[in-house]
Amino acid sequence: MTNATSLVEDDRVHRSVYTDPKIFDDEMSLIWERTWVYCGHESQVPHAGDYYAVTIGRQPMIMVRQADGSVGVLYNRCPHRGVQLVGNLKGNTGKAFVCSYHAWSFHLDGKVRAIPLAQGYQDTRMTRDNPDCSVKRAARVDSYRGFVFASLVAEGPSLAEFLGEARIAFDDMCDRSPVGEVEVVPICHRVIQHSNWKFFMENQLDALHPSVTHQSTGIAAGKVEKRLKAEQGSVPLYYHYLSTFASSFDQWNAVQTINFPFGHGILKAYMGLRPRDPDTLAHEELLKQAYGEERAEEYLSRSIHHVLVYPYLSVQSPLQQLRCLRPISADRTLSEIWHFRLKGAPEAIYRRSLWYYNLVNSPATMINADDLENWTKAQWGLASDGGDWVSFHRYHGDDREEGGVIHSNHGTSEAVMRSQFRAWTRYMQGARP
Amino acid sequence: MSGEADSRGALPNAGPDFEHLLAQEVVIEARPDGARTGAQDIEPDHSPRAPIGATAGADSAAGTARPLPRAGLLVAGSTGMGIDLQREVEQLLFLQSELLDTKQWQGWMDLFDERGVYWMPVAPEQTEWEGSPSIFAEDKLMMEIRKGRITHPNAWSQAPMWETNHVLGNVAIESVDGGTIQVRSRFHMMELRRDDVRHFGGTYRHTLVRDAAGALRIRLQRVDLFNGQAPFDYVLQIWV
Repeated sequence: MTNATSLVEDDRVHRSVYTDPKIFDDEMSLIWERTWVYCGHESQVPHAGDYYAVTIGRQPMIMVRQADGSVGVLYNRCPHRGVQLVGNLKGNTGKAFVCSYHAWSFHLDGKVRAIPLAQGYQDTRMTRDNPDCSVKRAARVDSYRGFVFASLVAEGPSLAEFLGEARIAFDDMCDRSPVGEVEVVPICHRVIQHSNWKFFMENQLDALHPSVTHQSTGIAAGKVEKRLKAEQGSVPLYYHYLSTFASSFDQWNAVQTINFPFGHGILKAYMGLRPRDPDTLAHEELLKQAYGEERAEEYLSRSIHHVLVYPYLSVQSPLQQLRCLRPISADRTLSEIWHFRLKGAPEAIYRRSLWYYNLVNSPATMINADDLENWTKAQWGLASDGGDWVSFHRYHGDDREEGGVIHSNHGTSEAVMRSQFRAWTRYMQGARP
Repeated sequence: MSGEADSRGALPNAGPDFEHLLAQEVVIEARPDGARTGAQDIEPDHSPRAPIGATAGADSAAGTARPLPRAGLLVAGSTGMGIDLQREVEQLLFLQSELLDTKQWQGWMDLFDERGVYWMPVAPEQTEWEGSPSIFAEDKLMMEIRKGRITHPNAWSQAPMWETNHVLGNVAIESVDGGTIQVRSRFHMMELRRDDVRHFGGTYRHTLVRDAAGALRIRLQRVDLFNGQAPFDYVLQIWV
């Protein structure tokens, strides 16, 4: 068992937490396969029988719309001989799951439906009244504003308790719809990072790296943005999405992070997503009609760039994007990249956010290409004997802690990583969730 | 987190008025002309991409030393027939592949019409280059940014050696409507990055028009990767 306290100090961590396969296995057992893990959005499976294969830790699961309209999460495993019940990523299974090996079939909630040659099981332990004849279900399934999570253990905090303040990720996204709902765009980009999952989570709130790592894109976009501004007076917002990456260190230092218990956190906004153009004003008017002036203003003035739900989710709520990690091994991580539509909001608002999805988060990203390169080299560097410790000393001792929430006084404080490793240590010591 | 919360095993909470933490505080605006960005503050006195022996800071923009590939000659047949459109279209597509493989980014961009768009949708059923998620959806201004990015000395992901090799075939003119020509072809691209080779294949659909001088130009290039919905092992940095 991993001895977490010997690996994590307040201002540094031992390199093995990124590289050791045994620690990775413990993370799967103690974190992923116990805590609430994001499965998908309800709108991915709109009709009974619709399913999506999803991995929780090392467990192959199926998120399915059941006959009663609720969403269930099952182990993708036939109770007879262990064959996976679905062999593809998504689809509609009709009224039942049928095993391709011996035709055992199951209702959408996993209960056994029919066993061929059932008389052959008479007087055995495997008669159909035995619960072992049904597909095993995730111990708990819950959703928050349409976002579905499952936990593979029965005990522990509720989903609401687990999310805590990080639920703002989903509130902020949904509240931007005049009917308070989003629906998924049924396309998922999947990109494999050649690095440990922690690099992604740390990087999301690392406000120092953008102007270093992404300077090439920021500068190239800034040149075009300036030229267009001189020629036309105004420039579409999406050039600014890219050019801000090359902002100065002092500008980044002014963008604050908020770090919650259990590793969740927020990088506050900096891109200026409330321009005064007709599309934005029309959207704001719809929200005012739906929620009243005061609440609409509260929703629109939230300062969020993105919200992390530790240890696997980065939600960019003002631009309706969500990235979810599915760790493969200590040095391989699959990222799923989703986009959402605000129900009832103007098409122009969707299209504006789509530019960010395409330019920053697509598999031809002009931003993450350099991030992934960094993390690959970090993975290789940390596998070496060139040093044992990873430093998180920047602004150590400078942050403010109030009620369990850590506020950075400087945006580039490594409070983010220190906070995530506090959560990691708790998990690895066996704490719930 | 507070000791009291720890001992109860409960989840600390920022309180009901948590939203005050999200008050708008910082918006990074573009700086006025001439202001240095954070990136320029660390302007390279080095280049991870310079060849052995190069002086520090030398511009190592990939590909500048390579000769521009020439378009294939169009030679009239011995039967006395003129140059046919099929041959002309093929030579344009072959040249485009050659420009990519020799990293002649500007030459590649110049093949596009002023309104030209390079589009790689995610799924075959997508019909419009705007309005739904794409892998690439770039007009000439966005192409200029991509070119600017990968030729910058500190485009870190460009430091590892990489090359591509395109092979193109099955060229079929699907329609000629006035000045607009629709062409379908298939491609296979191998990419070497560091020590690994990746394969990409799929279909190109070129919408071609003629410029004032009569030369064929690309109005729209649609690229359907046959493996575009499989997980990408790393990402794509340049046009396919």
